[in-house]
Amino acid sequence: MTRNLFTTLAATAALTLAGSAALAQHDLTVVSWGGAYQDGQKEVFFKPFNALGTKLVDEAWDGGLGVLRTKIKGGNNNWDVVQVEADELEVGCDEGLYEKLDVAKIGGAARYLPGAVHACGVGAIIYNLVLAYDGDKTKTAPAGWGDFFDTKKFPGKRSIRNGAKWNLEVALIADGVPSKDVYKVLRTPEGVERAFKKLDTIKADLVFWKSGAQPPQMLAAGDVVFTTAYNGRITAANEKDKKNFKMVWKDTPYTMDSWVIMKGTSNKANAEKLVEFMGRPDNQAKLPKYVRYGVTAAGAAPLIDKSLMGELPTNPDILKQAFAEDPKFWIDNGDKLAERWTKWSGTK
Amino acid sequence: MARRGITLAAPLAGFLAVFFVVPIVWLLSLALREAEVPRALPRTLVALSGWQAAQPLPAPLFGAFAEDIVQARAASTLADAARRLNYEVGGVRSSLMRAAREVSAAPPGSAIDAAFFEAIDPSLASPAFFAAVQRARGPVSGYYLLASVDLVRNAQGDIERVSASNRIYLDVLLRTLIISASVTLLCLVMGFPVAMLLTQVKARTADWLLALVLLPFWTSLLVRTASWVVVLQKEGMVNSLLMKLGLITEPLTLIYNRTGVLLAMTHVLLPFMILPLYTVLKGIPPQYMRAATSLGAPPATAFVRVFLPLAAPGVAAGSLMVFILALGYYITPALVGGGSDQMLSYFVATYTTDTGNWGLAAALGLLMLATTLLLYAVAHRLSGGRVMAMG
Repeated sequence: MTRNLFTTLAATAALTLAGSAALAQHDLTVVSWGGAYQDGQKEVFFKPFNALGTKLVDEAWDGGLGVLRTKIKGGNNNWDVVQVEADELEVGCDEGLYEKLDVAKIGGAARYLPGAVHACGVGAIIYNLVLAYDGDKTKTAPAGWGDFFDTKKFPGKRSIRNGAKWNLEVALIADGVPSKDVYKVLRTPEGVERAFKKLDTIKADLVFWKSGAQPPQMLAAGDVVFTTAYNGRITAANEKDKKNFKMVWKDTPYTMDSWVIMKGTSNKANAEKLVEFMGRPDNQAKLPKYVRYGVTAAGAAPLIDKSLMGELPTNPDILKQAFAEDPKFWIDNGDKLAERWTKWSGTK
Repeated sequence: MARRGITLAAPLAGFLAVFFVVPIVWLLSLALREAEVPRALPRTLVALSGWQAAQPLPAPLFGAFAEDIVQARAASTLADAARRLNYEVGGVRSSLMRAAREVSAAPPGSAIDAAFFEAIDPSLASPAFFAAVQRARGPVSGYYLLASVDLVRNAQGDIERVSASNRIYLDVLLRTLIISASVTLLCLVMGFPVAMLLTQVKARTADWLLALVLLPFWTSLLVRTASWVVVLQKEGMVNSLLMKLGLITEPLTLIYNRTGVLLAMTHVLLPFMILPLYTVLKGIPPQYMRAATSLGAPPATAFVRVFLPLAAPGVAAGSLMVFILALGYYITPALVGGGSDQMLSYFVATYTTDTGNWGLAAALGLLMLATTLLLYAVAHRLSGGRVMAMG
């Protein structure tokens, strides 16, 4: 009888393990940032790629290296191609979470803008974190980040992304630091203190967003007077939902997200094909129609419809007012500031 | 017969062992384990053995350290160790990675000594850094457990509180307990009359009412929470109704604060209070109350002296259920609360998925588990064992 019990137990364990092994085989999976942005990617990249004969499924995430570490170290990774932020690209590459990129397989380095090709990834889009508001509700246009922090002139809640990145930069600019010196100031302990002090002044009125789809919703619901937002989401809300949201581009950080291929994937060859497909200039040029993000293929810019340039981050008039995020600062200080941010945002 | 029972339960037992007990024990053990540094820096640890923080650093240390980081970088184990050390010595994550690159690139025969590392980052040659390396030598340490209660070991190895601006988890634990207790009380106040009503109406009506109680129970938690966002927001139903009625002129802030959290959590957890209460109240024979009244007790006295003591097991079971479920709430406060309404499990989730600090996540989970078990034991003791039976 004991023997019987043992075999039953062993059989159960074997069955469940077999069940989880079956999960390891999966369709080619691409992971992006959801909402209007991913809807656009579906039209431009995912559906046409599917039509070429490789089954492709797409999922969404909100970033966070912890998610990718869990996938790789948990040994049950079901993601293949993931869009990551600049610091996630660098740190994850160090940690061996991504496959090293064979640039010849994705169209060659010359196809992309300078700086878009990395040992572990290739640029996907260029975008700004803008100050957004509802033009129907807020009649006086804010001049910049100073007004974002001015709760007397513009009373009401404001929402920012839940994380240190970009919020510290913006706080310093609001406190009078010129955008070209932001990272120099932030590299000193006093600079970090100064940024948190500035954020303290509006802490009682702050709401945090996590996913890029939230800021337009919060604006539409009237819950916040100002929000930080990815520029493409705001344009998309105006075009799809007939909103009158406005953006301030002055002193906004711009940055590049990249495509990476997860380490050890069983779909590596197809993953490379997908990244190559998404890097073709003619394919990339179709994206701004759906969502106004700058693209990374060198030959794509002339193919983009001129009428879309007005709110495109790679428009020279916009580039002139914006500043480049310094991924190196966030690679050096991201962990420490993430912890400080978690603590800061979790207390009154 | 008993044996056959055991055999029949074996699949369940096997399932629980494989998918419940083993992962939980493994995950909680992360709160104690120190694997990253010993894996990446074995020679450095040998060179450091016997060294005390007050003494000068031993001479062969930097050669061993250089050899370790080059090999660890090649084996992709350095980044994990660098992240672990970065928790204690801020900023060394990237300097360590850089040092490994520079040592590999250094021409053969060049001196890799303290000055070499000092030029990259003074912390890399500091006693404080190597004291942190030594503390993380494993196989276990109390670092994460201490951090989960806002404590830290200083360079001398003494335990002290972390600096005031970094203290948080004890506050969060207290906040978690306060929110859970408030939700339990609200559920009790609102659930008790409903449970009473259910016992006093006709069976058919009771069935309908019970279905109404259960209806939200069958709806996904996420959907219910998201609907609260729609109801409570600035231009949501509640505010526009109150404005139309002229009761308020400015919309109330009902969401992204404590009010929203309490409202949404009470709604979500109400069935867990009503159902056990109803089961117990239904079992109280109505004759008892009639007997008390006929013996001269006014209705209020009869309720307090006769009905309530009989209802106590239901109150205890319902409250315990709601309280313990509320302790682990994460998604509801995250969606309808503000930054200072986040409960302990929010931080567990943040450390697990966002920053990937599994050690601290496990330690916070352990803190939560210990608190829950302690409260359960206290409730069990106070109720003389009845809670255990009902819960």
